[in-house]
Amino acid sequence: MALNRSFIGREYPPSIPYEVGREKIKEFANAIGDMNPVYHDEDAAKAAGYADVIAPPTFLTVTNFRYSPQIIGDPELGLNYAMVVHGEQEYELHRPVVPGMRLVGKPRIADITARGRNEFMVIEASIETEAGEPVATARSTVVSRGTAEGA
Amino acid sequence: MTAKISYGDVAEGEDLKPWSYKVERVNLVMYAGASGDFNPIHWSPGFATSVGLPDTIATGMHTMARIGQYLTDWCGDPGAVVRVRNRFTSPVVVPDEGATVTVKGRVAEKLDDGKVRIEFEAESPEGTNVSKGDAVIQLA
Repeated sequence: MALNRSFIGREYPPSIPYEVGREKIKEFANAIGDMNPVYHDEDAAKAAGYADVIAPPTFLTVTNFRYSPQIIGDPELGLNYAMVVHGEQEYELHRPVVPGMRLVGKPRIADITARGRNEFMVIEASIETEAGEPVATARSTVVSRGTAEGA
Repeated sequence: MTAKISYGDVAEGEDLKPWSYKVERVNLVMYAGASGDFNPIHWSPGFATSVGLPDTIATGMHTMARIGQYLTDWCGDPGAVVRVRNRFTSPVVVPDEGATVTVKGRVAEKLDDGKVRIEFEAESPEGTNVSKGDAVIQLA
């Protein structure tokens, strides 16, 4: 069954805040094998001109589970998660992510299109501090395989 | 902080040095824990093969994170990445013995204000393209 096109443009409430932790940044950097000292060592990060350790460019994926479930789990949208693959990811990074930031994700469904048998849904989320300062814009394209109308 | 590479020192069309990394299942398990993505296709060979995959596969976000390191090691400043976009073209299959992924990039375009646009792609050990995309990086 095709995705519900009336969801294009739908905006969702801000997620509950995700608080960035120093150890979480290190854990993420260790998991990807990136030993850059600005992720691991506060003094090295300060020497490089940052207020604290900073997070790697794709770290904000950890906030995804705070704002995506309300979208992909909505029965009215009609997404069968077993048919979904991650097609594309984009981050626009407005400022470094540092420990202590409390981040909220404000997602919207930017687009739903069909190409061949598959459908493509773009979820665009503004990642902001609780005070509303922009931190990043995250765009995920999820591919719903074989659900296009007439497929 | 500023990048180690100066805008004036790069030319459009210039290749970045290729880079390879090895990914083993333990890396996928660590990434699952760190990212919160516990889909068993990334850590259970039995589950992965039961849904038609040849073996466990890396999440695209793991590949994107490693490509992020390729870019930040090149420019010398993780804070210099302004935008990064990655299309996951086919899965990185990770058997018991692991897989070596090769990343290549080039300076596609010199933009205004000291920024460059890098195009990159990654290949599996079989030579299949697994990822392609681009990034905007603020140079010194």
